[in-house]
Amino acid sequence: MPGMPEDGVMCPSPRLWRMRCAEVMAAATVLAVAAGAAAGLTLGAGAAVIAVAVVTAGALAALWFVRNRFRSWMYQERDEDLIVGRGVLIHRLSVVPYGRMQFVDVSAGPIDRVFRLATVKLHTAAAASDARIPGLEREEAARLRDRLAALGEAKAAGL
Amino acid sequence: MTTPGAAVTPQPPRRPPGGGAAADSGWRRLHPLSPLVRSGRAVLAVAALAGLSTSGVMGSGAGTHWYDLALAVILVVAAIVNWLVTRWKVDGATLRIETGLLRRDSRQLPVARIQAVDLVRPFLARMLGLAEIRVRLAGSGDADGRLAYLTEPAAEALRARLLAAHHGLDPATPEPAEQVVTSVPTGRLAGSALIPAVPLAAVTVAAGALIAAAAPGGFLAVGAPLAWWLVTFGAIVWRRVSSQYAFTVAVSPDGVRIRRGLLGTVAETIPLPRIQAVRMIEPLLWRPWRWCRLEVDVAGGLGHDRREGTGAVRKALLPVGSQEEAGHLLAIALPAAGAWPALRPPPGRARWKAPLSYHFLAAGHDGTLAVAVTGRVRRETTWVPLAKAQSVRLVQGPFQRRLGLATVHLDAAGKRVRAEFRERRQEEARALVGELAALSRSARRQATHKPPGPPAPAGGPAAGLRGAAVPGAGR
Repeated sequence: MPGMPEDGVMCPSPRLWRMRCAEVMAAATVLAVAAGAAAGLTLGAGAAVIAVAVVTAGALAALWFVRNRFRSWMYQERDEDLIVGRGVLIHRLSVVPYGRMQFVDVSAGPIDRVFRLATVKLHTAAAASDARIPGLEREEAARLRDRLAALGEAKAAGL
Repeated sequence: MTTPGAAVTPQPPRRPPGGGAAADSGWRRLHPLSPLVRSGRAVLAVAALAGLSTSGVMGSGAGTHWYDLALAVILVVAAIVNWLVTRWKVDGATLRIETGLLRRDSRQLPVARIQAVDLVRPFLARMLGLAEIRVRLAGSGDADGRLAYLTEPAAEALRARLLAAHHGLDPATPEPAEQVVTSVPTGRLAGSALIPAVPLAAVTVAAGALIAAAAPGGFLAVGAPLAWWLVTFGAIVWRRVSSQYAFTVAVSPDGVRIRRGLLGTVAETIPLPRIQAVRMIEPLLWRPWRWCRLEVDVAGGLGHDRREGTGAVRKALLPVGSQEEAGHLLAIALPAAGAWPALRPPPGRARWKAPLSYHFLAAGHDGTLAVAVTGRVRRETTWVPLAKAQSVRLVQGPFQRRLGLATVHLDAAGKRVRAEFRERRQEEARALVGELAALSRSARRQATHKPPGPPAPAGGPAAGLRGAAVPGAGR
């Protein structure tokens, strides 16, 4: 982000990109098989090829979007607050002071666990302040959680 | 009073489980009439239904059936059991409430973290001289800090005690004198509730007349929905007027006290440092009278977003009033602010992004306060003290990016409590994010280290701190 000091800017793990690729490709494969089979059985072999080609094109577009999305994630731990930036179409940048943190949430779904990733989410008393960082490697997630928790306790302010 | 008693003769006397000999130290019961009041309305409804069914007006046959009364008896028994197993006490700086028969529920409400204390008197309770206390903490649900019912003097004494303890005074301190700041005349209240309907009613009546003139037989077809609409609308107006009737705002060292209500009354007390944001709304149709509504936001349970009622996180500080009254109340609600920050409009190209709201858009801030004006047909001005800011966000959509604009949100505790600096210049918005973050940091530090104003939140920093962050909740 321009206007912000560039040092200490961190990104999610490259494994997040691999995970998103795997997700898109798995979905595309299932869709291509289904669409190809449906078109092939009802309309013929030519239709099946077209259906598979359309699905492939869609998957490539999705991959392009997912890559941009992956690249847009950034976070930065400053002295007093955490900055999280994200978004391709809609850019969002959140600045959350450590003192406002209510709790930290580390979650990892089944696919996340296969790729040894986790999502760290910072909750404040405001429902709108969404400081969520996906695709952190487990060690980084644990480090961030502990650091945020320690800083939150040190700098906490009442409501 | 005798009916429920007669109905529960088979009810075995039940002790609160978990309460032994030690339980007698300071534990108190609710008022013995509370089951009657709590179940009163439901029992009356059931009794009325039973009466109708008995007299043969409704239902299959005449004659009393045992099951007509079963529901009423169950309700009464449940209310009485609830009364028997509920007890409370003020334990130093904690209000403790224990309730529940099968699943024992023991709540501890630290007074240092009180957000608001409400004294609610529904009609039936008011007739019997009872009142309910509701203590609101951040993040607590509706039912959490409820004590229904106590006698009115006991409820008032408990409120005084809780608020005194909240401000770090001796709990025995009597309730400080309050000074009435403003009140809303009934005529203005009724007018403000009726005005929005006048154009709608005119259109409806005109349409009805037109249709009736065109097709005489269609009169009934038009009249029935019209009557239905009038009844619905009347109910809405009635609810608004009866809930806001005799609205008074008073100021005392405890905080702002709001009293309102026609049949049932409510007295809400909000300690001033607990106000998260203030909002002034000027609806289009009120503009000829230059009326506005002032609301304050108090931290409370997320997920609830009711507009009216005592459970609301958003409370009306002035349901309808003049700009001067609103300004006066605003100065009371946000004592930190001396001079109001200057408002600046967004650049002219924002007209493309927000053609309908551009004429209202403006925002500004100083060292302690952020102000933002938004709205399309009704103007909404939001003041957020920087010391209450939870986060600062910059949002830029694709169209905004094309125009070189961005929106900055300053979030306060709650669901949609924020000041929105809409459609600012991109460079200005980026600078604003950093500036607001830095300013709110110093404002927060000032507020924590040097408790402002008269109500020093004693126990505030220390107790509030530890509670605010629950670290290491990661799983």
